[in-house]
Amino acid sequence: MRVVKDLVAASATPMVLGILAEGDNYGYAIIRRVAELSGGELEWSEGLLYPLLHRLERDGLVSSHWGVAETNRRRKYYHLTERGHDAVAEHRKQWDVVVEALRAVWPEPPTTPVVAGGQ
Amino acid sequence: MTVSEHGSALADQLAQWRAYLADRPGVSAGDVAEVESHLLDQIDDLSQRGLSDDEAFLVAVKRLGRQDALARDFAEAHSERLWKQLVLAGATDVPGEGLRGLAGALGFGLGLGLAIRLPFLWLSSDDLRPVVLVGVVGFLVLAGWYAWLRRTVRPGALALVGSVAAAGLLTAGLYPFREPRHTEVLLAIHLFLALWLAVGAVYLGRDWRSVRHRMDFVRFTGELVIYYVLIALGGGVLAGLTISIFAMIEVDLTTAVSEWIIPICAGAGVVVAGWLVEAKKNVVENMAPVLTAVFTPLCTVVVLSFLGTVLFTGRFVDLDRTVLIFFDLLVALVFGLLLFAISARDPLGPPRAYDWMQVILVAATLLVDVLVLAAMAGRIGEYGASPNKLAALGENVVLLVTLARSLQLYLGFLTGRRPFSDLEMWQCRYLPVFGVWAMVVVVVFPPLFRFA
Repeated sequence: MRVVKDLVAASATPMVLGILAEGDNYGYAIIRRVAELSGGELEWSEGLLYPLLHRLERDGLVSSHWGVAETNRRRKYYHLTERGHDAVAEHRKQWDVVVEALRAVWPEPPTTPVVAGGQ
Repeated sequence: MTVSEHGSALADQLAQWRAYLADRPGVSAGDVAEVESHLLDQIDDLSQRGLSDDEAFLVAVKRLGRQDALARDFAEAHSERLWKQLVLAGATDVPGEGLRGLAGALGFGLGLGLAIRLPFLWLSSDDLRPVVLVGVVGFLVLAGWYAWLRRTVRPGALALVGSVAAAGLLTAGLYPFREPRHTEVLLAIHLFLALWLAVGAVYLGRDWRSVRHRMDFVRFTGELVIYYVLIALGGGVLAGLTISIFAMIEVDLTTAVSEWIIPICAGAGVVVAGWLVEAKKNVVENMAPVLTAVFTPLCTVVVLSFLGTVLFTGRFVDLDRTVLIFFDLLVALVFGLLLFAISARDPLGPPRAYDWMQVILVAATLLVDVLVLAAMAGRIGEYGASPNKLAALGENVVLLVTLARSLQLYLGFLTGRRPFSDLEMWQCRYLPVFGVWAMVVVVVFPPLFRFA
């Protein structure tokens, strides 16, 4: 299954913020975490992730620092700021609304068959 | 496996890849380092699954996607960087470039020059109506030029320019102005300011609704003014020379030069200067930020010593209209310095001493301005309002509000409580307020002062 581009774009910010809420992290690992969380259905490109991280940093939702990885290489880590934590809560509220509404309008998934009205 | 264990062939390939990406516009050294560390992680992963260095490199690079596309994504997130470099990568068919761009600039330039010169052949000029008409036509030509340059124009942006132009023409044409015609002069000045801001919407092309991109128009305006002044200086010298050398062979070109060539070139210069700014963004470091850096300390000294003198001597008496206009100019200058300093600053950079100087300058200006405003308000209360006084007062208040809020946001940034972009976004959001105020002066002031 391929998730459409618009949906990937719309969910990218809350996804990144959510992952950083788990703890500081770096780009490569964030992309892998996204794949893991979505069972491999979401494959992010670097062109999506890094500019997004920079935009979030500019808006003060995340901060960054260069550190040294276990491989002895320099690596840029991102950290969720206080403002970022607030943003996660806000995104969560909005997505809850959307998800609730979709749940309400869609019939039960086919795996649990719908019981016909008992007339 | 770590990078040191990879062969030197891989190091060469990496170096090539790095150099290519670093050359793309809008990509900083930090971006390259970050993406490179990503690439190496990916190569390590693939090597562990048994791929050779070569294979791992190829697969990892392939996954990163085309470098042009990647660089473009970075550039779009950092439009301020492009101002130090050039237009978006891959956009080599931008009409503003090459011979076609030059031809377009000269064509539109000549069009603008003629558009502002020819109407005066038939128009009488006892009032300002011809000036307003010609100015509106000139701005419409400019809007057309940017629409051509961007190859796209949003109906909303066109509607904005159109309605401002229509409002200006209707008010200037229909209002029954009478001596001393102060409101008519105010109308012309403010209409042109509003038109320039509206043309900005066309300039921004498909990004016309994006608040953040308004800063690009601010950068453009600053550079345009500087280029225009330089071209005008050169043009003036050349015009003088032309008259002199032809005078030596007893041909008098004074009339031709002063009545035709100079007015037409003055119009054409606006288009050509704008084209140069767009085309040469990469050649020279932008001038406006450099001038800002020079004049911020000087201006700070002036304002502080003025404030000191006023407080020390208590000399603050003869406040009339002219004084207020001078203060408007001072506050506008400080606002301009702040705006260009903000537009040129790396939004992610840490606070520096220069930032503190900006804050001191803004704070001192605010203090002086509040004193002036209080005195002025008292004066208006005593003698009643005149159109010039009220317009100057309004301008002052509009500038004061944005300076005060900027100061607050700047301090928030310097104390680490806010990101710098809050300040940038505030300036961008506030820009339309100037246009709205200008239109108030255009439409409301004349009837308010019974067209005097």
